[in-house]
Amino acid sequence: MNTNQKSRSVLPEGGVLEAPKRTLLQENWRLFKKNRLAMVGLVIFIVFFLVAAAGVFLTSGRDPVFDPALVRLQEKLRPPLSKPNLETLKPEEVPTLGIYFFGTDDLGRDVFSRMLQGAWVSLTVGFVAVGIAVVIGVILGGIAGYFGSSRIRLGHLLASVLLGGGVIGVVSGGTAVGVLMVLFGAALVAILIRMGNPKERRSIPAGLSVLSLNLFSMDVLITGLIDIMLCFPVFFLILTVVALLPASMYNIMIVIGLTSWMGSARFIRAEFLSLREQDFVTAAKALGVSDGRIIFRHMVPNAMSPVLVSATIGIASAILIEAGLSFLGFGVPPPHATWGNILSSGKDFLFDAPWLTFVPGFAVLTVVLAFNLFGEGLREVLNPKLRER
Amino acid sequence: MKEPLLSVHDLKVFFHTDNVVSRAVDGVSYEVREGETVCLVGESGCGKTVSALAILGLVPQPPGEIRGGEILFKGKNLLNLNEDELQKLRGKEISMIFQEPMTSLNPVFTIGDQIEEAIITHEAVDRAEASRRATELLADVGIPSPEERTRDYPHNLSGGQRQRVMIAMALACKPDLVIADEPTTALDVTIQDQILHLFRELKEKRHMALLYITHNLGVVAEIADRIYVMYAGTIAEIGNVEQVFRDPSHPYTMGLLASLPSRTRKGKALYSIPGAVPDPAYKPNGCPFNPRCPHVKESCRVEFPEMCDFGDHHYARCPIVYQERRGG
Repeated sequence: MNTNQKSRSVLPEGGVLEAPKRTLLQENWRLFKKNRLAMVGLVIFIVFFLVAAAGVFLTSGRDPVFDPALVRLQEKLRPPLSKPNLETLKPEEVPTLGIYFFGTDDLGRDVFSRMLQGAWVSLTVGFVAVGIAVVIGVILGGIAGYFGSSRIRLGHLLASVLLGGGVIGVVSGGTAVGVLMVLFGAALVAILIRMGNPKERRSIPAGLSVLSLNLFSMDVLITGLIDIMLCFPVFFLILTVVALLPASMYNIMIVIGLTSWMGSARFIRAEFLSLREQDFVTAAKALGVSDGRIIFRHMVPNAMSPVLVSATIGIASAILIEAGLSFLGFGVPPPHATWGNILSSGKDFLFDAPWLTFVPGFAVLTVVLAFNLFGEGLREVLNPKLRER
Repeated sequence: MKEPLLSVHDLKVFFHTDNVVSRAVDGVSYEVREGETVCLVGESGCGKTVSALAILGLVPQPPGEIRGGEILFKGKNLLNLNEDELQKLRGKEISMIFQEPMTSLNPVFTIGDQIEEAIITHEAVDRAEASRRATELLADVGIPSPEERTRDYPHNLSGGQRQRVMIAMALACKPDLVIADEPTTALDVTIQDQILHLFRELKEKRHMALLYITHNLGVVAEIADRIYVMYAGTIAEIGNVEQVFRDPSHPYTMGLLASLPSRTRKGKALYSIPGAVPDPAYKPNGCPFNPRCPHVKESCRVEFPEMCDFGDHHYARCPIVYQERRGG
């Protein structure tokens, strides 16, 4: 501090006093550090990340350091921090830490190991589901925002219904009908391409002009889809889908991702609507930059900040949904441990072994809270209007 | 005489809004020859910018519609090109500089990246080569220590420097024609002067043609080889600096020049042309300037005036002045 002040009062060599140069990242980090709660959130997030990553290595493989699936029936429902009874255990059954850090469950499995294994599930489900949601959101929101005013014609709709229906038909067994639909769809696409070409337009029979009937705009289609998706009670939709699909971690990630993209799509669309009119977009067009490059290189980075915030909070809610599903028995199938199914099996022993519910419950609470605080902090940093209140 | 580099002929760009048709550009013709600086002058909303956007195919359609005319660039009609062909042309053969340097650069990339993008879009060069050329371009447009500046973000630069960067981007692929849409309007006067000098210098060095759009007559006097005065979507007068400033032959040009502050009328109120620019959707019949014109005759309210030849490539769309001059 002292040396800093000294050097400020004396001009550096050359006699020019330059303002301290900070990159955008450094500037944002400076602002972020001011928000104590957000910093707490970030620290918890980093700890959780490290624990989950370490957990994968420590609990998997043929001879894991912490074995989450090892059953010791004689040691069931031991409270946290209790010592194992070494007389009844084989040497390889003794817990690695020498004590049951979080106690044991009704089968005598070490809850600490199971929590470690479950952390990775929560982390990946959170990140992958939100990743899927953000990708879908950016693409759909981007199309709605950038190409929103282009019209969808009757022909386009028919062609996509025929092609999509055909592919679904082929996949689900109705091969003959499916192939026929795909063929019709392809023929329609060919006609539409010819109709789009002004030189050949005259050679098309007049009856087909009904195909170029304007139905609605791209924007109406996508915002309509968003509104429809928002109308579903998402948790019950996920429950239904998960009940129909084979239980696996990947299905859960995909289903959560497919039902939570609406927020980011809306944000991206709104940002794109205003960015589209910005001078630098016109300037890029005037330089001959292609539409795809303008969208992904010029507009998406400018539109990402609200999405980043909602994604952070989205991770928290994805973790919560996964825990909820596991609690109800629709989640990742046992014997794989998740925080939700530890909680679920613990509820039968709520009074005899309260740690079985408290430990995973508290873990979910802490992580979700940390993500929310971190997200709020990010929001404040990235949105200058919320600063310095 | 050689074929002009760019010749816009009878261009009509209309905008459809709420069931009315705004005739933003209503039969405009102009030519830009190789290595020439042509100024389009006129007040806000007279169709200068729209006619320039039409050259690059950047008029938003809808609501815009190009109703007729042709834009010949090196003999090709640009209105017949499809989007892909236009994209190859933009920035490579014709590039454009915009009015607002503060918002015309993308805030999230360094200026080096943005100049490199302009190069890489059109030429198959690797990044090292592109970044070498970006540095060179920045030096060309007079930015000190260009090597360091390539790593700066737009918010690190002042308005004048940003406009220099915009010029560097526009020049990146050595276009034959640069369209500058009021590039100095947002800058203060000293910077304006520097940028004009830069334009003149670059034009000589690179032998490019410049289509300069402005409402500032002082700028026009300084750089123009030829001037097109626009009013309400039409060309009012054509001539070189000498002809337009010493011998204005359209009442609108006369009015514009009379409203400039001058030393001889010190202390007196500035002259202003009475009335306002007509709404492009509801233009008066006949000469679009007739409601504001001090020389107005009955015929002006009926007939759209012809372009009259005042000799030595000086034209004005006013038969009244033409007859007066010939009579006197």
